[in-house]
Amino acid sequence: MVETRAPERATNKGPGRLLIAVYIIFAIAATSRAGLQIATKFDEAPVAYLLSALAALIYIVAAVGLARAGHTGRRVALACCSVELVGVVGVGILSLADRALFPDETVWSGFGSGYGYVPLVLPVLGLYWLWRTRHDA
Amino acid sequence: MNGTALTTSAAAGGSPVDGILATATIVLSLVLAGWALVAALRHRSPDRTQFVGLAVLELALLGLAVAALVALGGGERPGEPGAFFGYLLTLVCLPPLAWVLARMEPTRWGSAIVCAVCLVTPVVVVRLQQTWEVLGG
Repeated sequence: MVETRAPERATNKGPGRLLIAVYIIFAIAATSRAGLQIATKFDEAPVAYLLSALAALIYIVAAVGLARAGHTGRRVALACCSVELVGVVGVGILSLADRALFPDETVWSGFGSGYGYVPLVLPVLGLYWLWRTRHDA
Repeated sequence: MNGTALTTSAAAGGSPVDGILATATIVLSLVLAGWALVAALRHRSPDRTQFVGLAVLELALLGLAVAALVALGGGERPGEPGAFFGYLLTLVCLPPLAWVLARMEPTRWGSAIVCAVCLVTPVVVVRLQQTWEVLGG
């Protein structure tokens, strides 16, 4: 059986589409969570909730960047995945070191443990995917 | 502790999102995820079974939403209304999201998308049940 391999260079085809699907789900999850937290109990933990909102925004922009493909899309996705990775690792360490800093959960608390560590894996997969498809740029 | 647990499980009987229909959505979703995973591993694009499965899953989820709305009409209230409706809205959007992306991706990765979304769906169903019952005890 001969399998014809299409040159998978665009970021929005093949595995990239699966990545986009997961990004969309996380964009929805983080947006609704942040929206709800900010609307109902912003005073309790403003830092955590603003961080949730930032994470939500990054997931949305990353999904759009990957879906748009092309040169600009790749750069946008690269920036988002990098910020995400720094964010999830940074917040993970901070939330372990000083619990008082994030009194309420965010998507990135404890390295994304509340979401099955997907927030930690996602930017790594995103960066890997951008690297795999780099010849397109 | 035992008393509380008993009260909660007794009260759960009154929850519109915790019954045979909710269990059916979880089981169907997991079976579909397994089917799609096998298809993805065998380099198969999403087949008819996956799309029919997604349609049936969506109908079951809409049934769940109707049950919740009927209960609301009858004067019952979820424990966390904001989160409950957020999850409910997210839930009924998941199978259509999988459908659209799987149609766009007629490769093994389309099956992988169906698998991923069908793994997320049961988690959202369980969260939905938790947000209804938070004050139920």
